[in-house]
Amino acid sequence: MKAFIKKEFFHIFRDYRSMVILFGMPLVMVLLFGFAITNDITNVRIAILDNSKDVVTNQITQKLISSGYFILEDNIESQNDIEKIFTEGRVKEVVVFEADFARKLKTEGKAHVQLILDASDPNTANIISSYTTGVISSYSLELMSQTSMIPVKINIESRMYYNPELKSVYMFVPGIITILLMLVSTMMTSISITREKEMGTMEALLVSPLKPIQIIIGKVMPYTLLSFINLIVILLLARFVFMMPVAGNLVLLIVESLLFILMSLALGILISTISKTQQQAMLLSMFALMLPTILLSGFIFPVENMPILLQYLSHIMPSKWFIIIVKNIMLKGTGILYFWKETLIILAMTLFFIGMSVKKFKIRLE
Amino acid sequence: MVSGEQIDSPFTIHHMSVNIQIDSISKKYADVMALNNISLSIKSGELFGFIGPDGAGKTSLFRILTSLLLPTSGKASIGEFDVVKDYKKIRQNTGYMPGRFSLYLDLTVEENLDFYASIFNTTVKENYELIKDIYVQIEPFKKRRAGDLSGGMKQKLALSCALIHSPHLIILDEPTTGVDAVSRMEFWELLKKMQKMGMTIIVSTPYMDEAALCDRVALMQNGNLLAVDTPNNIVKSYKGSLFAVKAYNMHKLLDDLGSLGDTSQVFRFGETIHITSTINDDKVYMESVNKQLIDKGYKDISIHKVNPVIEDCFLSLMDKDVE
Repeated sequence: MKAFIKKEFFHIFRDYRSMVILFGMPLVMVLLFGFAITNDITNVRIAILDNSKDVVTNQITQKLISSGYFILEDNIESQNDIEKIFTEGRVKEVVVFEADFARKLKTEGKAHVQLILDASDPNTANIISSYTTGVISSYSLELMSQTSMIPVKINIESRMYYNPELKSVYMFVPGIITILLMLVSTMMTSISITREKEMGTMEALLVSPLKPIQIIIGKVMPYTLLSFINLIVILLLARFVFMMPVAGNLVLLIVESLLFILMSLALGILISTISKTQQQAMLLSMFALMLPTILLSGFIFPVENMPILLQYLSHIMPSKWFIIIVKNIMLKGTGILYFWKETLIILAMTLFFIGMSVKKFKIRLE
Repeated sequence: MVSGEQIDSPFTIHHMSVNIQIDSISKKYADVMALNNISLSIKSGELFGFIGPDGAGKTSLFRILTSLLLPTSGKASIGEFDVVKDYKKIRQNTGYMPGRFSLYLDLTVEENLDFYASIFNTTVKENYELIKDIYVQIEPFKKRRAGDLSGGMKQKLALSCALIHSPHLIILDEPTTGVDAVSRMEFWELLKKMQKMGMTIIVSTPYMDEAALCDRVALMQNGNLLAVDTPNNIVKSYKGSLFAVKAYNMHKLLDDLGSLGDTSQVFRFGETIHITSTINDDKVYMESVNKQLIDKGYKDISIHKVNPVIEDCFLSLMDKDVE
């Protein structure tokens, strides 16, 4: 058994491809998601159509520009200019204030702002709209406290969601932890077992007195350790590169992660029992697991917005539950009371996969 | 008698009988019959060879014997152990060297050997005597990765790995395929030595010339047994007299010899063509062949009688099998 684990480490450390996947991936992914594929926006060019030109609209405009997110490209004078300025591609957003803005706000307690967005890039449009909305809302709060008048309401016509405090890297880190643990554990184990089949060494292992469970544990141990190291690396990166604190209990986070690692490993073994070649194992892990993990787990797209069928599908994604747990611990700082159900689900999945793979592990060829 | 408990303790090779009994074994893959009702027995201490081309069913049979495959029908046992029921005991006592040397190419020679020793709960030191003869040849390269070894070296390492737990029976699937001629000869000497140490050895090979080195051989073709006997007896049983013919234009000669009368087998054998006479008088036959060839315009004709070798027997049995 010890020899088996030692051998497995030799395989990993001597194959530069596995080394790249094991240790390059976490770094690249965290940095990539953190810096490049960021949802944060800066220096978005906007235009203002101010039909009121009073103190309030002026102040809002100043707020927008001084926020750092927006650059005022142009002040336009009529509705007709909107289309023109969009087709020229000069701005991403036009902010329209209705006439008599300040007066309406004072007398009626509400006024309208219209945000018109260049939605050719819907994601960016979404984000820009939320940022604008954020700035205007904070202004209206300010206004209320300053004047202590009856609640004022600035109506913003926008279908977009509002999520101002959440920096994108905070959203990505739980997702990346999930993807990486899954990738390393599931893909690497399934590949390393199928490699033995492909190289013909499985024949030799099978004719040896080794029990299936010994082979499985021998395979799994090194990857558990490496996944764990990976987890620590990502947490350190999040903490010291992106200044993202862990709000909740770090030990709890690590324990939950170990459970998830165990589940992924069991899944990897299961995949290896049904695939004959390394390539098959890799494709299965990639397409059957990675893509759904990214797309259906709520990592990028909120599960609530999916069609019902996909929502149901997302329930069987172990990653979905784990992301909920990680978000709870890292962002909300809640304890086990808030996600014991999710933990149980993952535990059940783990037991299921272990049972299946021990059962399906073949003591013979074919 | 060997009971289950004693299996785990160190054993002496000499005292365990591993008579092998194969009883109407068949193996079917989808629609291919890989083994067709094979029955034979191998005596303890024998060096037994399975000879046949690729696809003859040798590997399937070996995998059944090593408990890696289940037979579609039939039974087989090694000593008192059934290959299906008692697969754990079979695995403990059998050394198996699969056709593709099952070595970890990214591990060094030493690491491979250590690993295989440890999964059989033993150490290289414990059984060093057993593999010494082979291992001294690869020892200078012990820090080298198995993937960087030559074919002959890989083969020796794989054999060392298969032997490291001092099995009673060692099954070698085409150990000499893809290995140079010198290494092949050395390898067979090693097998003989192991046999003298008391091991039962089952080996398969596509090379007919290696058949003569076995105590007994089984000739196999398309999942069927063509013959099982000592190499000598197989050669002796060759029917008719065999002649080697040589002349210019060998390609056409093959066709023309095929249309001769009184001739049963015509096949290319190295530089010559082997033909078999169906009449008793060799002299009359040779003169008749010579005359017919001269009539057809051949020059520099040479015909002489030769003793059949295993390959001749195999080819003649193969023809019969097809018929």
